[in-house]
Order: sequence, then structure tokens, then C-alpha cells
Amino acid sequence: MTDLAANALLTTADGRPLKSALAAAQVRAKRRAFLLVLPLLLFVLLTFVVPIGQMLHRSVYHDGFSANAPAVSAWLAAHPAGTAPDEAAYAALAEDFKAMKAAKTAGEAGTRVNYTLPESRSLFTKTARVADDLAPPYREALLAVDAKWGDPLVWEAMRSASSAYTSDFYLSGLDMERTADGGIERVPPKERIYVYLYLKTFALSALITFICLLLAFPVAHLLATLPMAKANLLMILVLLPFWTSLLVRTTSWMVLLQGQGVVNNTLVALGLIKDESRLSMMYNQTGTIIVMVHILLPFMILPLYSVMRVIPPSYARAARSLGATSWTTFRRIYLPQTLPGIGAGALLVFILAVGYYITPALVGGADGQLFSNLIQFHMTKSNWSMAAALSAMLLLGVLLLYWLYDRLVGIDKLKLG
Amino acid sequence: MALPTYASPLERAWHYAYLVICVAIFIFLISPILIVIPLSFNTEPYFSFSWKMLEPGGLGGRWYDELLTYGMQAPEAPRDGSWFGDMWRNAAWVKAAKNSVWIGLWATVFATVLGTLAALGLSRPEMPYRRVIMAVLISPMIVPIIIIATGLFFFYSNPCGVVGLSCGRLTSTYLGVILAHTALGIPFVIITVTATLSGFDQSLIRAAASLGANPRTTFFKVIMPLILPGVISGALFAFVTSFDEVVAVLFLAGPDQQTIPRQMWNGIREQISPAILAVATILVVISIGLLATVELLRRRSDRLRGVTGR
Repeated sequence: MTDLAANALLTTADGRPLKSALAAAQVRAKRRAFLLVLPLLLFVLLTFVVPIGQMLHRSVYHDGFSANAPAVSAWLAAHPAGTAPDEAAYAALAEDFKAMKAAKTAGEAGTRVNYTLPESRSLFTKTARVADDLAPPYREALLAVDAKWGDPLVWEAMRSASSAYTSDFYLSGLDMERTADGGIERVPPKERIYVYLYLKTFALSALITFICLLLAFPVAHLLATLPMAKANLLMILVLLPFWTSLLVRTTSWMVLLQGQGVVNNTLVALGLIKDESRLSMMYNQTGTIIVMVHILLPFMILPLYSVMRVIPPSYARAARSLGATSWTTFRRIYLPQTLPGIGAGALLVFILAVGYYITPALVGGADGQLFSNLIQFHMTKSNWSMAAALSAMLLLGVLLLYWLYDRLVGIDKLKLG
Repeated sequence: MALPTYASPLERAWHYAYLVICVAIFIFLISPILIVIPLSFNTEPYFSFSWKMLEPGGLGGRWYDELLTYGMQAPEAPRDGSWFGDMWRNAAWVKAAKNSVWIGLWATVFATVLGTLAALGLSRPEMPYRRVIMAVLISPMIVPIIIIATGLFFFYSNPCGVVGLSCGRLTSTYLGVILAHTALGIPFVIITVTATLSGFDQSLIRAAASLGANPRTTFFKVIMPLILPGVISGALFAFVTSFDEVVAVLFLAGPDQQTIPRQMWNGIREQISPAILAVATILVVISIGLLATVELLRRRSDRLRGVTGR
């Protein structure tokens, strides 16, 4: 048998073994498929992945101090944390200040230290102004400019700024700060804003997802059980908002919900509320929730609908004929079959809600802002490393959800309309 | 969705309550879109209905007129050729519309060509690392726009900085905005075209080859006509994404690249004028047209693939 197999080795017409010829063809087919994807992959890597990677780098890298104050950075590198600054340290500092005054970079260095220790930028600009008058002994001279130069907290802040790579921005993002002895502790309660807003963003997104689910379920069920012609007609009511500009929808809600808006005016005209007690539904958290539910609702209805459409009605009928009540039928038979749709819709809506920016910025007022708005705030203040660190935190949350979506639903199941 | 004859009174009551709930949700979905249309014809500068709208002169195209004249050098001049020239060159909304269409068209072309090619590769059974690559290509739709805009803002200030060179900047350029919008539109093209290709019979390619067609002929005569509806709806999605995008424009564009959404953003944040409602009405009409196109294409695609109904 083995002889026969060896002799009768299958070959192609040109005499090559069939196995290797097939393998070569497979490799060629793989390469061809990959080459089709390659241009887009390169494009996305270059205009999307690389910029985000660069931004992540910026969140741990800031050379504002280390590049502009090399002498004192070198002294700090040579001495362990907690060393009291000696005359050599003050001399290095004075030397750096003279250089920074000439190059007009004291503000840059001060900004970097300011991230670690708030309100220290003015110390730098103030000292740089009189840098040329500094003379030995430097310790006394600098302390005469500002007594803060004797503060160990300032030196600890400069120490952490003296390395271009730093985790300070993430520390701030987690509402932490460095102590004078090099430890880490949480900032005072009233300064804790980032973690609170991060959690609030996720909580609000969960609430919005839940409301979307509550509203989408009956509608999707109705669309899935109606005859095709009617369902297609009603589907337009779902798809039209989906295709309408986000800004248009936000504007319409402002028109509807503001103090002198259509809803309030109607309620007053009907005598349901008094003129002076108009509901405030806009420029606050309520406004953000209402408008975001409206904008994200189609993303919940469409996946639910596509799952409900293929659920055979005979299962429910069988359950009823076996004596189940309509509630039991719904809970035990129908609802479990819709779970894939619920999962897909809820995850998608949640992911999109977590990163929302436009709607909270326009209708959120003071208490309806989300984490994205905080990133934008730091961008406008040119706190770029801080914005990058906050972006990284948000990105982490979103990517985790995206990974979950891929595991549970599969990206190739994503459909539009 | 008829009620079975054996339904109990309680079930009947619940059934009607359920229908009422559904109608209420449909009203919630559609009323904000329809409400702006009548309000945009209100000649008074208010955002609410009033009895004055029913009086003579209460309704009119005042705000549509303002869309044309706002930003013009001589809006009061007689409406002759030079007035139209002035409007075409200087009116802020007209400029924004031109920018939106220009940026949207280029972003659509790039996203559709690259996305269709990639979708063809992704739906081949031999495609290696499909899952990872797909995840990367869809991610512009998932990653919050503010993060993308922040990343691009740094990147565009010195695009060659990655390789240690310096070659000008992409902020405040058309190319920069177009590239950003292309990246944002790509996921939509990939999703719609791969969905169309999922119903594509791969043996048609082999049949064409066995009948002597070269790959190019196969692509243009066999593959393209079958996936065209998907490609066009992907392109429409990409165009709408670009046409509606404001955050990237806020971060990356200069005063020359103001688009309609950017102009609306200004209008909403600063001096909210009813002219915004006129723009909103025009955009709603455009989206009705786009929706109708996509629906027709979907039905055509289903018919071609032999799928009846949905």
C-alpha cells in the first residue's frame, strides 16, 4: 500500500506535486486578498492609528522642564528623592533661570511644574523676570525672590518634572497628587473631578442605554410582527432620524424643550403648568439624556429588529397552547430569543454614548457635561498632555467595550439600516 | 400583529396600551424632525408657534432669504447678476455649503474606493488576520470623535514628525479635513459593502474565469454590477458622515474650511437665529432624499440577489 501511495503521488499537469502546488496557490490567494486590503489598512494606520499612538505618547511625555532647565534636572537626577537642596542645587537653578530668561522659556518650564504642583507657574515667571540680578549665594538670593524656593513640595514637583517621561498626567487624571516625601495620595475631596466625571459618564451612558432599550423593544417588536409592507413604511420613521444631521436633531430639541419652547408653551396654554413654573428640560442633565436617547434610539431598534424578525412565532404559540400565560410566554420563550439583539444594540449604544461630545456641549449646560467635554476643555486651555492622558483613559474604556462587542456580537455582524 | 381570539380582556387592554406606547415612541422619534419645518417659515424671530403665524405675513421665507444674504457685501442691492455674484462669493452659508459639498465629495471618493477594495479582500475566504484587520478598519466609528480629533490635531501640526522630518502642517487645510473625514467614512463603506458581498456567490467569479474572462473583465462585468447598490449606499453613508461632521472641523479646520455643521455650531452656541431652522429644514429635506435613495438601492440589491422581502 505504502509503495503504491508513494508511486502514485498526485502531480499537476506540469509535473509538480499536487500538495505543494495547492499550497502555493493558497499562499497566492492569501496574498491577493491581503493586497486588496493593504491600501486601506495603510491609510487607516497613517491617518488614524499613528495619530492616536502619538497622542498616547504625549500623555506620558512632556519635556517643558527637562529641556529648558538642564542643570537643575541634572542635579535632581544625581541626588535621591528627599535630599534637601544645597547651594549647588540653587546655583544650578539660578543658571537655568538665566538661560531661560534669555530664551524666554521660563513659562514653558513653569507650565510643566504647574501640572504637578498647581500655582507654581507664577513662581517661575516671577523669578525669571529678575534672573539677571541673581548673585551668589544663590540660596539666599532665590529665597529673597520668593520664600517658596525653600518649600520641599516645589523641589519635589521639579524632581518629577525633571524627567521628560512622567506619569503625572495620569496621576492628575486619577485625582492623585505627589506628596513632599515622594509618595502618592488622593487630592482633597473637593478637587476630585476626573474620576467622578468618568464614572458619571459611564453611569449616564448606562441610563441612556437602558432608556433606549425600554423604548426600542416595543417598537422593534411591532415592526417585526407587522406585515412587511406596513413595517417598511413605519421603518421610515426610524430611519429618517438616523439619516438626519445630528446638529439638526439637537437644534430641534432645543426648540422643543427650552423655557420658551414648544413643549413648555403648549403645557402653559393647556393650563397644565403655571407660566412661572416652566419645566427646565434644556441646558442640564435632563436635556443631555433626552436628546442622546433620541439620537441613539435607532442604533438600538435596528439590531433588535433584525433579531426579532427571524424569531418564529410558532414557539410562542406552542407555549400558549401548553398552558403558559402570556407573561410567562414572553419571559421564558420570547425574551431569551431576543437576547442577541439586546446585547448587540445595548453595547453599541453604550459605546457610542460614552464618547459623546456634541450633544452634551450644546444642550448639557453645567451638569450635563460628559468626559469628552473635559478633554475638549483641556484642549482649549492648551493643556495638551492632560487632554492626551484623559483621552487615553476614555479610550481604554471604549476599547474594552469594543473588545467585548467583538467577543459577544462580532464586528462583522454590525449592520446599518 | 392581530390579537388572537382567545385573548383575555386583560390581554386585550394590554394590547391596545402597547399600540398606544408604540405610537408615542414613533411620535418621540419623528416630531423633533418635523417640528422645525413649519417653524422655519415663521417670520417672527421666535422658536415657538404663535397665533401671529396665521395672520397675513406671518409666514414667509424671511430666514431662507437671510441664509443667502448673511455675509454679503451688498445684500440690499437690486437682485441682478452682480447680486448673485456677490451672494455666490461672499454669503457665509453659501460658502459653507460649497465647502461641505467639496470636502464631502472628496472624502466620499477616497473612502469608497479604498473601502470597496478592502471589502472585496475582507470577504474572500483566504483573507488572513481578518478579524483583527476588520476591528482596526471599523474602529474610527467606535473611538470617540473627540479622541480622534485630539490625536489628529497633534499629528497635523507636523505630519512628518513621525519619521523625524518637518514638512509643513495639515491643520487649516482642505486636505487635512478631507483625510479626517475619509477615515471617519471608511467603516460605513466597509460595513455596507461586506454586507452586500456576504450574499455574493463566489462561484460566479470562477464561472467567469472558466468562460475566459480575465480578472479585470470579471470585476467590471460580474462583481461590480452585483455589489454596486451596496457600494452606492456605502458612499452615501460616507458622504452623510462627512456632511454632518463638526468636531474634526472644529479642531482641524481654519476659517477657509467652514462647513455647514460648523456654521450651525456657531449659530447654536452664539446668536441662535431662526436662520438655523431654515438650514435644518433644508438638511431634513436632503436626508429624506438620501433615505429614499438608499431604500430603493437596498430593494434593488435584494431583488438582484433573489431575496424577497427582508
